[in-house]
Amino acid sequence: MTFEYAPAPESRAIVDIKAKYGHFIDGKFVPGKKHFATINPATEEVLSQISLGGASDVDKAVAAAQKAYTKTWSKLSGKERGKYLYRIARILQERAREFAVLETLDNGKPIRETRDIDIPLVAAHFFYHAGWADKLDYAGLGKSPQPHGVAGQIIPWNFPLLMLAWKVAPALATGNTVVLKPAETTSLTALLFAEVCQQAELPDGVVNIVTGDGSTGAAIVNHPGIHKIAFTGSTEVGKKIARAIAGTNKKATLELGGKGANIVFDDAPLDETVEGIVNGIFFNQGHVCCAGSRLILQEGIADELIEKLKVRMAKIRVGDPLDKNTDLGAINSREQLSKIQELTSAGDAEGAERWSPACNLSAKGFWFAPTIFTGVTQAHRIAREEIFGPVLSILTFRTPQEAIEKANNTPFGLSAGVWSEKGSRILWATQQFRAGVVWANTFNKFDPASPFGGYKESGWGREGGKHGLAAYLKEGK
Amino acid sequence: MATSKKSSSNKPARRLEVKKTYKLYINGAFPRSESGRVYEVTNSKNGFVANPSLASRKDLRDAVVAARAAQSGWAKATAYNRGQILYRIAEMLEGRADQFANEIVLASGVTPKKAHDEVLAAIERWVWYAGWSDKLSAAFGATNPVSGPYYNFTIPEPQGVIAVAPAESFLALIDAIAPAIISGNTVIALVPGSAAIAAMTFAEVLATSDLPAGVLNILTGSHDELAPWAASHMDIDGFDISGIDKKKRAELKVAGAENLKRIHSFDGAVSPTRIFAFMEAKTVWHPIGV
Repeated sequence: MTFEYAPAPESRAIVDIKAKYGHFIDGKFVPGKKHFATINPATEEVLSQISLGGASDVDKAVAAAQKAYTKTWSKLSGKERGKYLYRIARILQERAREFAVLETLDNGKPIRETRDIDIPLVAAHFFYHAGWADKLDYAGLGKSPQPHGVAGQIIPWNFPLLMLAWKVAPALATGNTVVLKPAETTSLTALLFAEVCQQAELPDGVVNIVTGDGSTGAAIVNHPGIHKIAFTGSTEVGKKIARAIAGTNKKATLELGGKGANIVFDDAPLDETVEGIVNGIFFNQGHVCCAGSRLILQEGIADELIEKLKVRMAKIRVGDPLDKNTDLGAINSREQLSKIQELTSAGDAEGAERWSPACNLSAKGFWFAPTIFTGVTQAHRIAREEIFGPVLSILTFRTPQEAIEKANNTPFGLSAGVWSEKGSRILWATQQFRAGVVWANTFNKFDPASPFGGYKESGWGREGGKHGLAAYLKEGK
Repeated sequence: MATSKKSSSNKPARRLEVKKTYKLYINGAFPRSESGRVYEVTNSKNGFVANPSLASRKDLRDAVVAARAAQSGWAKATAYNRGQILYRIAEMLEGRADQFANEIVLASGVTPKKAHDEVLAAIERWVWYAGWSDKLSAAFGATNPVSGPYYNFTIPEPQGVIAVAPAESFLALIDAIAPAIISGNTVIALVPGSAAIAAMTFAEVLATSDLPAGVLNILTGSHDELAPWAASHMDIDGFDISGIDKKKRAELKVAGAENLKRIHSFDGAVSPTRIFAFMEAKTVWHPIGV
């Protein structure tokens, strides 16, 4: 029996997108000089014109952040700072649907995810950190740990507002002020967040948002008035930042790439595991640095599991991100789509076997069908390089030791997963992984109380939880 | 040792002292530098002191291989066991405190009182860090109350292979290595100049303290020569550059960015921060259900 779905689009009437946006500096929107278009990646419709921030815009934003730091924000008690964060959390909850629709329009991810995951987590992140603001003495960093000053924050396009929350909430809770640059393709929710700061009556200059591209980000990284850098993005850019700040006293946290291993032992509950695999790689179109992009199956169950996975993948609904039935939305940009196409072509050329369910992909916009590759070896590019798309590379193993060796055979170390019904085996695998986040019998779960970040070339430091606070504080007495 | 004579006034001694050859300490053995090079340590009062080995890039690479091979075993040892081994190092040092004080006087020219205090301070450091082994998870770990039916916890784990470049003193060496190894890292220490003398005698302490071979490797020589190789080595995970001149730190950080090495320097404080700086936090999620 086949169930037919009627379209169930979420209304976009709730959002009001301006024709053109400036930067948000010192509590006010200021016009930019040059602009670039931001589009809906599902339709290629131009949504708005975004300002391309230059060195002088960054200068003004840093000056505003410095002034706010010395004149107001560092003079406030933790309790008062926390109350501003609580206000922001509440306003985000009130305007959650507006943010969800706007994020889906600008990013291409399904409304089901922005509505149920991104935006609720954003509000939760501010609420969580609000409570820390007057309890920093209990963060394990000694008595009266101190903020660094002005934090320069550069965020990616895969979880635009959520990454803003991961950066801004701990920075403000710990008493730092912020200059933030959203990703080039996804600035709109950050600019709407600026309105939330105004509604919350956050003192001018505490949060400044400069939009732009990589050159704008570089201007922030290299600005002498910045004391701390927080970056989420590619390992390549992360290394550039590490080099750029080598001769300075700037602190940095870097959340970079990943090639997460997801190991399935032969005693795993296969139906649940298939759900976990799908969530691990197809959540957010696979635009997830901690995605379970390498599936490592014990040989005895590999064929059966791959068959079940194919049946499940055929039920993934790819299409209009605003449709409440949609599971897999649009690829965020033409550039990213090209990268996915390039790497999957390499998968074909190197001898792996590609499979996708039949999908009706729209001619307009950027789309990529959910895809698996079997017969993948560790030497294949699709096993080594981050694809950042809905593409799963499947490898097999015979012994647990082999599984772990394959899992850890990567310069990355962000996430890993393990599926088994046997407790001791789960804990053993958990210990062996060289990765900062391990999901056992689950995948891609996030929470403000749970530290997130990578080993090795997946980055420096943690975000979230008690551990995330350390990135924004100098140790006290 | 303290009976060394000025080289300018050599006369036959009543009993000729049997002097020690200062070599390197790699993988639990005492090889000479593969380069065959040595350098002269002198002291203003007594002149020639010794010819320690001038370690090369190849020695460093050998030490990294040894440290990497030893790492998982050392990390797997129980915290209780690691703590006892570090405490054992303190015991061994205590028994040889006078020898170390004499060597420090000889090599660096400080007063005997100062040298003795330095050795006692080093012993206290080992005792203090030894006790941390089984408290790291309590101090730096957490169970996290996530919104959902999941058990979620964060534990600190060692980073792997750590290089340290301490300042030219015995205590600076101890301050760098003790916090790095207690958590389960293995270490390559780059010991500069005259600090080589006490450092290589300290290697004898390590060799008799049940510390597994390769956990701590000591190279003597020049920071200028060795530190850039350590910074760019792709199988070193972290680098303590506390003993490197401030002006020379930037180029090491640039080189270390290639594998995003964790590079830190500390201002001499004895702190658990020095331990945690070379650890990674791992967070684990598991569903709760029947």
